[in-house]
Amino acid sequence: MPVMTYREALRTAMADEMERDESVVLLGEDIGIYGGTHLVTDGLIDRFGPKRVIDTPIAEGGFTGAAIGMAMGGMRPIVEMMTWNFSFQAVDQIIQNAAKVRYFSGGQVSVPMVIRGPNGGGVQLSAQHTHSLEGFYGHFPGLKVVSPVTPHDAKGMMLSAIRDPNPVIFLEAGALYGTKGEVPEGEFLVPFGEARVAREGTDVTLIAYGRQVNMLLRVAQTLEGEGISAEVIDLRSIRPFDEKTIIESVRKTHRAVVVQEQWRWFSVASEVAAIIQEQAFDELDAPVARVSGAEVPAPYARNLEQAAFPSEIQIATAVRRVMYRGV
Amino acid sequence: MATIRSRSKKSEADVPPVAGSGGNGVGPEELPVDTDTLLDYYRQMLTIRLFEEAAQTAFRKGKIGGYLHLYIGQEALATGFLHEYQTGDRIITAYRDHAHALLLGATPRAVMAELFGKGTGLVKGKGGSMHLFDVQNGLWGGYGIVGGHIPLGVGLAYAEAYQKTGGIVQLYFGDGAIHNGAFHEAANLAGLWGRDGMCPCLFILENNKYGMGTSVERATAMTDLSAKFDSYGIEHEDVDGMDLVTVLETARRAVARVRETGKPYAIEAITYRISPHGAADFLERYRSKEEVAEARKRDPINLLEQRLLEAGAVDEQQLAEIRREARAVVDDAVKFAEESPEPPIDELYTDVYADSAYATDSPVG
Repeated sequence: MPVMTYREALRTAMADEMERDESVVLLGEDIGIYGGTHLVTDGLIDRFGPKRVIDTPIAEGGFTGAAIGMAMGGMRPIVEMMTWNFSFQAVDQIIQNAAKVRYFSGGQVSVPMVIRGPNGGGVQLSAQHTHSLEGFYGHFPGLKVVSPVTPHDAKGMMLSAIRDPNPVIFLEAGALYGTKGEVPEGEFLVPFGEARVAREGTDVTLIAYGRQVNMLLRVAQTLEGEGISAEVIDLRSIRPFDEKTIIESVRKTHRAVVVQEQWRWFSVASEVAAIIQEQAFDELDAPVARVSGAEVPAPYARNLEQAAFPSEIQIATAVRRVMYRGV
Repeated sequence: MATIRSRSKKSEADVPPVAGSGGNGVGPEELPVDTDTLLDYYRQMLTIRLFEEAAQTAFRKGKIGGYLHLYIGQEALATGFLHEYQTGDRIITAYRDHAHALLLGATPRAVMAELFGKGTGLVKGKGGSMHLFDVQNGLWGGYGIVGGHIPLGVGLAYAEAYQKTGGIVQLYFGDGAIHNGAFHEAANLAGLWGRDGMCPCLFILENNKYGMGTSVERATAMTDLSAKFDSYGIEHEDVDGMDLVTVLETARRAVARVRETGKPYAIEAITYRISPHGAADFLERYRSKEEVAEARKRDPINLLEQRLLEAGAVDEQQLAEIRREARAVVDDAVKFAEESPEPPIDELYTDVYADSAYATDSPVG
C-alpha cells in the first residue's frame, strides 16, 4: 500500500473526485496560484484551471455563501478555510443557510458541499488563530462534522464528504499535515458515523478524535507498563455519532476517559460522558473522566500553550484515577 | 389549483415581448408589452395587494404566526422584472417574498396555507412567510437574515454560467441589506467573476426607503445607493419602481444584457413600502402620515389603472369585474388555508439531511 502524507491524502481525494465529477470545484484564499497556505491544493490549478480552482478575495462570508449557492445550484464545491478560525466570518452563511435551507425549504434544495481546513492548535498561533470547533459545529442539526486523524481516513473521509448530499464540516488535524501513513489507492470511502478502534484493550476506554488520538496511543503504551490495558477509540465522526462502538467498549472495560483539545463546557466530551451514563450506567465502575483544554483563550508562549492543552501526563493521571490507582 | 399567472399566451414568458403596440397602444410611448398584457398584470398586482391585505387581517386575528412582511406598494417591481423570467432562471429574494412566489406560479392557496402553518403550504409548513420556495417554478427562496442571501444568489449565478444553462439569476434585496457586509463581499465576487462571463446575476435593489424603521438617510452617509455598485465594477441604472410600464421596459433591457454577457448588472428600483415593515410595527414613529399619504398618490396599482382607463383599454365595469375575480381568488386561498390540516407531526424530523441515513433521535435523552 502506498505511503503518503495527510496533506497528500487530502489532495489525492480531491483531485480524484475532480477527475470523476466536473461539478466539483474548489474555492478559497490562495489555494490556486499560491498553492494553498498549507499546500493541500498545490498544483491543482494547473490540472483543473481557474474556473475549478477559484482563488478568492479574503472574504470568508462572501465566498462561503457563494459556494452554498453553487451547491444549491447543482455543483459540489469544496471551500478551504485557510484555518477554521476564519470561519467565524462565515458562520452566518454556514449556520443560517447551509445547515438549514434544506429544512426551511421543505426539502426543495440541498447543499452538497465540503468546508475544510486545519482545526486546533499546538503551533503557537495564540488566541485568535487557535480553536477546536468540533463542539461548536457539532451543535447544529443539518451539518455533518468529521475529524480524521490518519492519512488513510483523511482520504477515505474526504471522498465520502465530497459525495455526501449535505454540508460537511471537515476538520483537519492541522498539526499533522506532514505525518505519513498507508493509504489505499483508488476509490475507497470511509463512511461517516463509524468510530475506529485504534487499539484494543480491556481495562479502560480512551476516547478522542483528531490529533489527541495519537496522544492516547502513546499513553496506552505507557500504561501497559503499569499493567493497564487501554482501548483507544477514534471517533472520526462527530455528527453523525457512533454511540454503539463506544457503548460496546465501555461494557467491556467499565471505565472511560474522554480527551479533547477544546474547552470542556458544552463540549464533545460532555456529550460522550452523557451518552455513556445514559446507555451504560450500570456497567460503569467509575465516573467518566474528561480531559479538556484550559478555560482560557489560547496563549502564545510555548510553555503556556502546552499547559493549555491536554498532556499525556494529565491523561495518564485521569486513567489512574478511574482505575482507582493511587495518584 | 389555479395560479395568478397570466392566462393569455404572452406571459408564458418565452414569447418575446411585443415592442410597441400599434393600434392597441395605451399611450404615446413605446410600450414593452401590449395592453392585454398590461391588463393582465393589473389583475395580478391587484390580486397580490388583496392577498397581502387578507394576510394582514389573518395575522391580526392570530391565524398567522411569527413575522409577516407585506409587499404593499412594491407590486410593480416584482411584476415587471419577473415578466422576463424564463425557465431555468433562478429567483432569490429576502423575506418580503409573497409576491415573487405568486408571480412565478405558486398558487395563492399554497402560499396562504404556508402563512397559516399548514401541511398544504408551499414548503409544508416548515418555513412560513419568510421562507417561500418553489424551485420547480424558479423561486429559490425566501431568506430571513438581511443581506445573508446575497452571496447565495451570486453562487447560483456562477453555477448557471458553469453549467452553461443559459439561465440568469434575479437577486432581490432591500435598501437595508446594502449596508451589510454580505452585500459588499458578494458584489465584489460578482464583479470579479463577471469579468470572465461567470456571473449572470441581475441585482435588483428594492429601495423602499426604510430598513425596518431606519430611513436610508439615517443608515448611510452615501445615500446614492446604486453608486455603491461602482466600487465593484458593476454597471447599474435607476428605475421608477412604482410605474409598471417603466419597470417592464427596464427589465427587458437589463435581463437581456445579463443573459448575453454573463456579467452582473444592477438596478436600483425606487419604490415605497406603503405597509408597515412587519404586519405590525410602530410606523408612526419613523414616518409621518403625510409622507405615507404622498406615497399613496403614486400607488403602482392606481397608476396602472389610470393609465389603462385613460387609454380606453378598460372601463370601470371591467375593472370591477377584475376586482371581484381577484377577491374571489384570495377568499378561496384563505378558506383553503383555514381548512387545511396542520403538518403531520412526522414532518418534524424530515428534510434535515438530504440522505435519511441520520436523523437526531428523541430530544429526551
